[in-house]
Amino acid sequence: MINLNEKIYGYRRDNNRVGIRNYVLILPVDDISNAACEAVSNNIKGTIALPHPYGRLQFGEDLDLHFRTLIGTGSNPNVAAVIVIGIEPGWTQKIVDGIASTGKPVQGFSIEKKGDIQTIADASKAAYDMVHYATGLQREPCDIGELWVSTKCGESDTTSGFGSNPTVGNAFDKLYEIDSTLLFGETSEVTGGEHLIKERCANDAVADQFMFMFNRYQDMIERFKTDDLSESQPTKGNIEGGLTTIEEKALGNIQKIGKKCVVDGVLDKAEMPTSKGLWFMDSSSAAAEMVTLCAASGYVAHLFPTGQGNIIGNPILPVIKICANPRTVRTMSEHIDVDVTGLLNRDINLDQAGDMLLESLIHTSNGRMTAAEILGHQEFVLTRLYESA
Amino acid sequence: MIQFIVHDEDDSVGVVTVEGLKANDTLTGWIMDQDVLIDIKINQDIPIGHKIAIKDLNKDDTVIKYGVDIGRTISQIKVGDHLHVHNVKTKRW
Repeated sequence: MINLNEKIYGYRRDNNRVGIRNYVLILPVDDISNAACEAVSNNIKGTIALPHPYGRLQFGEDLDLHFRTLIGTGSNPNVAAVIVIGIEPGWTQKIVDGIASTGKPVQGFSIEKKGDIQTIADASKAAYDMVHYATGLQREPCDIGELWVSTKCGESDTTSGFGSNPTVGNAFDKLYEIDSTLLFGETSEVTGGEHLIKERCANDAVADQFMFMFNRYQDMIERFKTDDLSESQPTKGNIEGGLTTIEEKALGNIQKIGKKCVVDGVLDKAEMPTSKGLWFMDSSSAAAEMVTLCAASGYVAHLFPTGQGNIIGNPILPVIKICANPRTVRTMSEHIDVDVTGLLNRDINLDQAGDMLLESLIHTSNGRMTAAEILGHQEFVLTRLYESA
Repeated sequence: MIQFIVHDEDDSVGVVTVEGLKANDTLTGWIMDQDVLIDIKINQDIPIGHKIAIKDLNKDDTVIKYGVDIGRTISQIKVGDHLHVHNVKTKRW
């Protein structure tokens, strides 16, 4: 039995949150600032640029989500310091101010009236100092319960519902008991099991919020769909893996929240939890979008069960892959962190599988790289709500 | 050796957990919730991860897995048949 009272070694930030990585980010406000960010990251070793395709002419809720995602990403405890670069100073400063509220070093640079070359020079100097600062920080003992842990599954198949998803559920039940802050989502992929999540909500107010998010997503799908979503939900990979309908996929998906956890609260996309417990976040079911939102919500470790072998990673959020499909583990072993194929032939039980995953979480928290980190998976994918103005 | 798994004895389906199963093979399955074993002869080749019917189903019947509705049949399905997108559809969307 794993001891969840042992300490992990993490980075305690000024706002008392615990991170398990220590990145210096070069964060573009908008698509046209990607080039400058990548140039700074190329100049200054120990930094990472997060290029993305958006940030111009967005408006309303879609713009709010853009800001929330970028500020949340910079504010994540896995990040030590941030350089923000945008085309103009207004939106750049807005993101700088948002991240500065965590107390970490952050500096903004805008390109208009200077050009790329001068901006890159100025930002590189600041990034140099930030790398010195970040690499001088020491890991210190922290409680496992201080880690914020999120989950989302991908390229699921029927073994996900039997094996890898209940393994996450078992780990979540154990983390919930030590007052962890947990998160799940994938609004479209609970279709057919929404009544089961509603029953797990802490009270009527939370249940109403959950159903509001669920129905909002259903309305969007109904508005735009041209067929029964065959080949998108379930995906071609899901169907190849034996999943037949969205309902079947959803029931497997829901295994990730275990048997005991209560849904304590509901978040909109990239919102931050305000207390401990299990949170549902309205989110896309596409892996890179969802995991990017988890990072923006402040989560520092991610548990990702897969059946057919989704290979996703994230630039700042370590993604731990769990798999129960023997064919996938055989053919794609370099992508799998925790092999729970033993569940399918009763070599191990769920409690043992959950402990194996928690052990991997502890190793990852102490600095061991995940499969996705070693392979360089850095998918940073912003969710858009609608077209630009 | 376990060759397929069923969540609950009231479910309509089990899931094949080994590779290379051929029509007319007789498989041993494990019903997890009741922790009992059953044998079923399969009527087609069935890939790993795919479902077999463990109950006879008529057209327009509800398919049960995890004790919950996962969709409707669009044709008759017999015990041991491969059950997938060719004979079952979602009730949503």
